[in-house]
Amino acid sequence: MSSPVEQDQLESFSYDDKLIKMFIYATLFWGLVAMSIGVLIAFQLADWRLNFGLEWLTFGRMRPIHTNAAIFAFVGNAIFAGVYHSTQRLCKARLFNDLLGRIHFWGWQIIIVLGALSLAMGKTMGKEYAELEWPLAIAIAVVWVIFAVNFFGTLWRRREKHLYVALWFYIATIVTIAVLHIVNNISIPVSLMKSYPIYAGVQDALVQWWYGHNAVAFFLTTPFLGLMYYYVPKAAKRPIYSYRLSIIHFWSLVFIYIWAGPHHLLYTSLPEWVQTLGMVFSIALWAPSWGGMINGLLTIRGAWNRLRTEPTLKFMALAITFYGMATFEGPLLSIKSVNALAHYTDWIVGHVHSGTIGWNYMLIAGILFYMIPKLWKTELYSYKLAGWQFWLATLGILLYIVSMWVAGVTQGLMWRAMDESGRLMYPDFVETVIRIVPMYYVRGVGGTLVLISFVIMLWNFYKTIKLAPKEQKPEVFKAAPLKASVPSHGESTHRKLEGLPMIFSILTTIAILVGSIVEIVPSLMAQNFVEKDARVGPYTPLELAGRDIYVREGCYLCHSQQVRPMIAEKLRYGDPSTAAESIYNRPFQWGSKRTGPDLARVGGKYPDMWHYRHMWDPREVVAQSIMPSYEWLFRKEIDFGILPKKLKVMKSLGVPYSDEDIATSKESAKAQAKKIADRLKQSGVEGKIKDKEIMALIAYLQRLGTDIKKEKIEVEND
Amino acid sequence: MDILIILIPLAIGLALFFVGLFIWAASKGQYDDLETPAQRILYEENHSGHKKYQGDHRHE
Repeated sequence: MSSPVEQDQLESFSYDDKLIKMFIYATLFWGLVAMSIGVLIAFQLADWRLNFGLEWLTFGRMRPIHTNAAIFAFVGNAIFAGVYHSTQRLCKARLFNDLLGRIHFWGWQIIIVLGALSLAMGKTMGKEYAELEWPLAIAIAVVWVIFAVNFFGTLWRRREKHLYVALWFYIATIVTIAVLHIVNNISIPVSLMKSYPIYAGVQDALVQWWYGHNAVAFFLTTPFLGLMYYYVPKAAKRPIYSYRLSIIHFWSLVFIYIWAGPHHLLYTSLPEWVQTLGMVFSIALWAPSWGGMINGLLTIRGAWNRLRTEPTLKFMALAITFYGMATFEGPLLSIKSVNALAHYTDWIVGHVHSGTIGWNYMLIAGILFYMIPKLWKTELYSYKLAGWQFWLATLGILLYIVSMWVAGVTQGLMWRAMDESGRLMYPDFVETVIRIVPMYYVRGVGGTLVLISFVIMLWNFYKTIKLAPKEQKPEVFKAAPLKASVPSHGESTHRKLEGLPMIFSILTTIAILVGSIVEIVPSLMAQNFVEKDARVGPYTPLELAGRDIYVREGCYLCHSQQVRPMIAEKLRYGDPSTAAESIYNRPFQWGSKRTGPDLARVGGKYPDMWHYRHMWDPREVVAQSIMPSYEWLFRKEIDFGILPKKLKVMKSLGVPYSDEDIATSKESAKAQAKKIADRLKQSGVEGKIKDKEIMALIAYLQRLGTDIKKEKIEVEND
Repeated sequence: MDILIILIPLAIGLALFFVGLFIWAASKGQYDDLETPAQRILYEENHSGHKKYQGDHRHE
């Protein structure tokens, strides 16, 4: 303990808890939204009619709204509530700046709302968990910097010299998320809500999943480990089991996680050594993750009896247990041979949700059960309801996970099943879909139980807050400033370094880094690639228009575009995808899931008429398809006017379009579209179709995978 | 795979940054005492500055 301090050296302060209450309300609201959408899309997969034929309600548009709402709106607001609450108390200092806190809050909510609207409209980057277009991506960065200033400012003002381990987790979160977000979101705008990433193909894939997995690491994990280290001891009234372990596993976690990204790209055309690196580090990650689990659970040692009576502990113990499960499953799935079975299947989806529902939602519940009675200075309304919530949520999660295990392994095995003569046992992809649709219903039920549990919690908190005393004066505390409690020998210089100047130098460095990256990278991209394939050419203007429609509709969420080097895949889809084939793909569209078949080599496989009918109503050509209908593609007209701008941006990023290509892009697209329309007319299609979006999409789909089948290099002049 | 020219230095840079942070923390005495911090958060400040222990009084 610090040396005794004179009473008059004590400073008075109070905590900004009003801001935390705001974040709590937001957490509860967005959690309801995110989970409701989750239940909707779960049942949309079980029954395609729940897409209702509405453009903005289709699975392809709603799924990113669900993921963004769950991650950034629900989990995000919870992080801010918990971090601001615990940081102030760990620092014995009020939040650095009240106004910044409110700008942070409102800025974040506005981004969420605009984000949801934009995603419903199909304005998407086409990269998972980084879908929001460039104006919103910039807004996120700005709000994040405000958060960083407020957080580090509070650290600077702290009256407790030691930085408790939770604060280390928060520091890692804030620094790393800033870097990840900025680097992965660098794009060149074409218009206000459309841009292309500066990266393409394999490189985009690597940057995307370096980001994507580290979003899991530094948004869904590290802040929650930090919150665990504050709220579990507080709720259990026991100190952390091993403080030393918490320091060790923090530092090892932070170093190892960054490298795990490639485990999303195993058996793809990513260079093998990068895949192996990702696999090895992912397996190594098991140890520090379980360090966290062990520490969290064993902190409750000696207080297990309180699990029966304290909802906080109940939910936190459950959360930590699911964390342990998910962080064992993750490294398991990162082993190449396991991944060969599991990749693109629903097992991955199950794994995601054991983490997001089992760890994140349950821990958020635990924290809220601690914070809300304390902040509103009242008792929880009903322990019984908390018990109901607990069991319903647990049952729901289990139904979710198990149904997805069954679906995933079933699909994985059916895809690779071959008979004695070396032919696929299930050559029609839809056969593997039908078999798992019952599991989609089970998963939907599981998700519904989770949603109901959440509503129960909402009701419980509503009644709790309603019954709280109206008089809520902020408590005033007293503590000595750091200067008074520490003997001075050169300390003041160190304090200055820790202060505002350092914050700003870091921010400046980041700004410079960003600037440099934006400068350097495009020129690098334009030059050499790992393998060049002269047969691979850029998309024609019409095909590019079609590709952007594919991205807009979220086709990549159900269809992959990356054939893996396995025998069964070669039989089903054709030659394995090469890195060279996607060098002009911005964004890359390799996909993470095969709810429908891989499309990397769909070009030329079916006549135009097949695609025409398939997009109008998939069941016309595949009777048991679960894909929604896309009638608006037959109504909406192609935006020819924007094509020159699109090609210009692509050219600036290194795609070999000539000035002539750009100048004639509109005419070239119209001519190519008319050719397709004429062919369709011969098959009996009536009406004015040559300017409709379906022409562009057909052109794009028919191009996929055909480049390497060319005998010689042709100049595309259609 | 030219993106690696950016990603690897960036990852190493980030790692070095955290190494630096760790060295700073260790040299500032953040890890000299690994027993007290675990207990400290269980103390809650009273209005007069007196601490009140919120934890179990059972010790390991």
